[in-house]
Amino acid sequence: MQPVIPIIILALPLAMFLFLGLCGHKLSHRMAGILGTAGMGVTMTLAYITAFTYFFSGSPEFIDADAHTRLQAVIFNYDWLAFTPQLVIRLGFLLDPISALLLVVITTISFMVHLYSNGYMRDHHGVWEKGFQRFYAFLSLFSFSMLGLVVATNIFQMYIFWELVGASSYLLIGFYYTKPSAVSASKKAFIVTRFADLGFLLGILVLSFYTGTFNFTDFTSTEVADGVYQISETTSAGIRDLIANSTVPMFMGASVLTWALVLIFIGGMGKSAMLPLHIWLPDAMEGPTPVSALIHAATMVVAGVYLVARLFPLYLMEPAALDIVVVVGALTALYAAMVACTQLDIKRVLAFSTISQIAFMMVSLGVTRPEFHHGVGYMAGMFHLFTHAMFKALLFLCAGALIHAIGSNNYTDMHGLRKYMPITHITFLIGCLAIAGIIPFAGFFSKDEILTATMGYSTVWYIWMSLVAGLTAFYMFRLYYLIFWWKEHKVHEGHPAPHDQPWTMTLPLVILAAISCVAGFVPMGNLVTWNGHEMFDNVNFFTNLSALNWQVAGMSLAIAIVGILVATVMYRKENRYPQMMKQALPRLWDWCFHRFYWDELYQFITHKIIFGCISKPIAWFDRNVVDGTMNAMAFVTQRLSFAIRGLQSGNVQFYVWMYLIGALLLGLITAICLI
Amino acid sequence: MDYSQFLAMRQEIALLVVFLLVFLYDTFMPKKALAATASFSTVLFGLFTVASFLWGNPGEVSAFAGMYQTSATCVAIKNILNVGVLIVLIQSCRWVNGEFMSIRRGEFYELLLVTLFGMYLMISARHFLVFLIGLESASLPLAAMVAFDKNRYESHEAAIKYMLTAVFSSAVFMMGLSFVYGLTGTLYFSEIALQLGNDIDPLLVVALAFVISGVGFKLSLVPFHLWTADVYQGAPTSVTSYFSVISKGAAAFAFLVILVQAFGTFYSTVWEWMLYALIILTITIGNLFAIRQTNMKRFLAFSSISQAGYIMLGVVACNAHGLESMMYYILVYIFSNLAAFGVIGAIENQTGKVLMTDYNGLSKTNPWLAFSMMLAMFSLAGIPPFAGFFSKFFIFNAAISQGSIAIYILVLIALINTIVSLYYYLLVVKAMYISPEEPQIATFRSACTERLGLWICVSGIIALGIVRFFYDSINALGAGLNAPDTITNLLNMIG
Repeated sequence: MQPVIPIIILALPLAMFLFLGLCGHKLSHRMAGILGTAGMGVTMTLAYITAFTYFFSGSPEFIDADAHTRLQAVIFNYDWLAFTPQLVIRLGFLLDPISALLLVVITTISFMVHLYSNGYMRDHHGVWEKGFQRFYAFLSLFSFSMLGLVVATNIFQMYIFWELVGASSYLLIGFYYTKPSAVSASKKAFIVTRFADLGFLLGILVLSFYTGTFNFTDFTSTEVADGVYQISETTSAGIRDLIANSTVPMFMGASVLTWALVLIFIGGMGKSAMLPLHIWLPDAMEGPTPVSALIHAATMVVAGVYLVARLFPLYLMEPAALDIVVVVGALTALYAAMVACTQLDIKRVLAFSTISQIAFMMVSLGVTRPEFHHGVGYMAGMFHLFTHAMFKALLFLCAGALIHAIGSNNYTDMHGLRKYMPITHITFLIGCLAIAGIIPFAGFFSKDEILTATMGYSTVWYIWMSLVAGLTAFYMFRLYYLIFWWKEHKVHEGHPAPHDQPWTMTLPLVILAAISCVAGFVPMGNLVTWNGHEMFDNVNFFTNLSALNWQVAGMSLAIAIVGILVATVMYRKENRYPQMMKQALPRLWDWCFHRFYWDELYQFITHKIIFGCISKPIAWFDRNVVDGTMNAMAFVTQRLSFAIRGLQSGNVQFYVWMYLIGALLLGLITAICLI
Repeated sequence: MDYSQFLAMRQEIALLVVFLLVFLYDTFMPKKALAATASFSTVLFGLFTVASFLWGNPGEVSAFAGMYQTSATCVAIKNILNVGVLIVLIQSCRWVNGEFMSIRRGEFYELLLVTLFGMYLMISARHFLVFLIGLESASLPLAAMVAFDKNRYESHEAAIKYMLTAVFSSAVFMMGLSFVYGLTGTLYFSEIALQLGNDIDPLLVVALAFVISGVGFKLSLVPFHLWTADVYQGAPTSVTSYFSVISKGAAAFAFLVILVQAFGTFYSTVWEWMLYALIILTITIGNLFAIRQTNMKRFLAFSSISQAGYIMLGVVACNAHGLESMMYYILVYIFSNLAAFGVIGAIENQTGKVLMTDYNGLSKTNPWLAFSMMLAMFSLAGIPPFAGFFSKFFIFNAAISQGSIAIYILVLIALINTIVSLYYYLLVVKAMYISPEEPQIATFRSACTERLGLWICVSGIIALGIVRFFYDSINALGAGLNAPDTITNLLNMIG
């Protein structure tokens, strides 16, 4: 494949960012919006072409047709900084199943959000938000960073874009920078993820130190034969030594490879809001809702999942690291689902739902073992990433439409909106059905595969995750009923009745809803697998359906329906069941409502322990010792300068005398010293 | 006689041709055409600069019984100087075209080209007599240039002071030479080194001190620097900027050649220690005086004294890496200092103001001038990512690679001095950007030549640091030499 299209895919959003950022204020608002959207549209088209070429062209560059195995293709790789022959930082474009899939996901959602924001970022009177052009510039910057992240050919490039993604997320969360809550939310997001990235960086350093390479293609080629892991010839010598050698360096009871992978996973936990680093994501909802849909639901938050998937063959060599991924994921999934059942703010519910669903993906990757169903978990995790991006973006955009119409984030201000906003109602319902896992909507297939994979790993975790799936159906339909049913909507006098939004906002909803209906039928098993090997010999539209394990599928469907039924009973009409439940379990409800007091715990640690015990002494040292030294130096310099000012007398005879004395002294002193 | 030897001097000869053309133009052209002298000379010199880049390098050639030597490195340093001179010429166009200069336009260019010719000889000389001719022809015409503003009292005073100290310094220098001749019976650099062997004669030490003082005068090393401030202040700004960069760059290179080729065997016993003392004095005293200055030109005079101290770090390193860093430092210093002088000249030509207090609030009335000045100050102070940071970094790095404890201490002192220098460079930035006082200088549009000069300097300040091409090209001069860094490598690189 020629590198032209991939280069444009990366360059166009960057160019858009620079153009809108530097010259945006000279354009009209409408023009900036159209330009940004069109730019993203072109990028999306090119990404589709690239992904289509990768998956379906059958070119020997991309697929080994005899072995039915998809290959990794490095489209270009530019030596950016060459420090030493070993230490070269490269920027490139890697095309493989997951990067092609992510290209599609990112550009689709990003385009929808670009389109949607044309309507969202202006009020009912058509007045544009202040900083509209800046908003589009930041959206382009984010798209560029995220695309650069997924196509990275090496872990260092990924880290660079990883940080860029974090920076653009910071800029977008704090878009309403006059609002104190938005400012503190953006700072929180940045600091927490940055803190996690420290782990990522350490992991990169440990990994590359022992393996001697940054390149993904060097450590993603493992093969399994008769249940034995073999390292293929292309894998870097460093890794082969690490694995083959029984003298793998150990550190505190674990091999350095495990340490590296766990440290890298900490970076992923930060970006993907896993327990206990999840605290930034609910607050990040302070950003404009389209931003939440793009960054905090569909793309950036799955970067952690993508990272684990990217390094999956390495994780496979260290099952201990994968077990950690499972535990973290499972705990997070349940925690977030429980919290989501009690929140008032619809965006917070969706945020916790996102955390829970990403945890599903993490669990799915963690339980993957090649000996069980050809490593179905990896495929399922990526499948869920894909479907979740679609329906969660849909749900967020619906929430945006609701917030735009009502002017509030809380469902207590909504209730009974189904008659006023029919399109939003139907699309939201489709989103809920998809996330709850009702056949034939997208979420059913991916979640079912995840549960299948989990069952092969451990029955306990299977039951646990099924329970979370039930809770998911419950809290989503709770939200649905509380927004659209519960009781009649009160229209305030003097305010227009809420209504569906302009086409720029409804069109993305309809498109995403349509995708959520059919995305489940994508034969992901033939496109994205852990080793690139195709799962099915031939595929048609019903492949996924016929490949279902009905034992698991029936169970998960039953659990989802039970969840929905409970929600229907409790929330369809105004009644006292919710109140009763709250009183029956007051302690549990309280903990869930306050998100298990994680924020308070962090407050305590940072303010009392870190600020009080560490920062204050350091500040004292800085003020008195460091500054004192500097001040002393300045004082001495000033005095000296004053004292010697007479040398420059302006008298030329004196100059000549000084010259002569200087030359003589220079010679004589040196001569005396030598003798 | 083998006349093809003259080909080795092609740069010098081409420069003489430029000089003659300017001279003939100035002498024989009709009065009307004389108004274009400035453009004519500048364009001609520009062509010469380009030609010199393209065809200036005859390879490593020794001519005239070894009195004259050229090599890729010598050509490179001459080219660097040419770029600097070209910028000076562009910046001085407006001043030269002034009413007051109308009858002596040509003389400015003629004198300048003669001094440049002298510097070429200093760079390529491998015999002390040739060197002396170069030194004198680079010094004496400068006195006339300093006196160019003949209606200004300071200009005469500065010229007289310069003349007296220059003559005195030449006398001391020749005294040193006569000692050297007496000890060795030769004035060839390479033969002096052979004759001297390894025995140290006390007379030689004194002779070396005198030789160092002679070149140190051109570099304005402390304590041979006292003329600098008065001359920089009194001379026309264009002459000052020429003084501060070109003359210094040539002298620094020649200094290194003399010390390494003629006295290389006494490096670690004699002149290494002399230079330590001179560098510490130069950087520190230059800084201490710079702090107190209120006149911009005087301020830059002391700043350039301390910068010369940093340049000397490349000499004292005494290895190929040191020479590369020194050349890079000179290149960067040319761009940074000329940017500063370009702004000063533009303002002085427009308003006649040169005091630091006049610069208060400059950013409000003339933001581009203030911006260029700020970049120049940042680069001189060595703030990343501007070129000055990298040149300082490389030269410290080169000095450290010499490896003795003493040089670590020296570099540490130099580093502490950069902090002090940061203070006074930022004083200028503070006056321009932060000072709450009313702007003293009204908004004006500077002449297009001045703007062109500033554009070149500012892009140089930015590009030289972040585009590795420039450093790589200089580095390539020393590449191919066998590691580790030794004085032999350095000698090979000089040619």
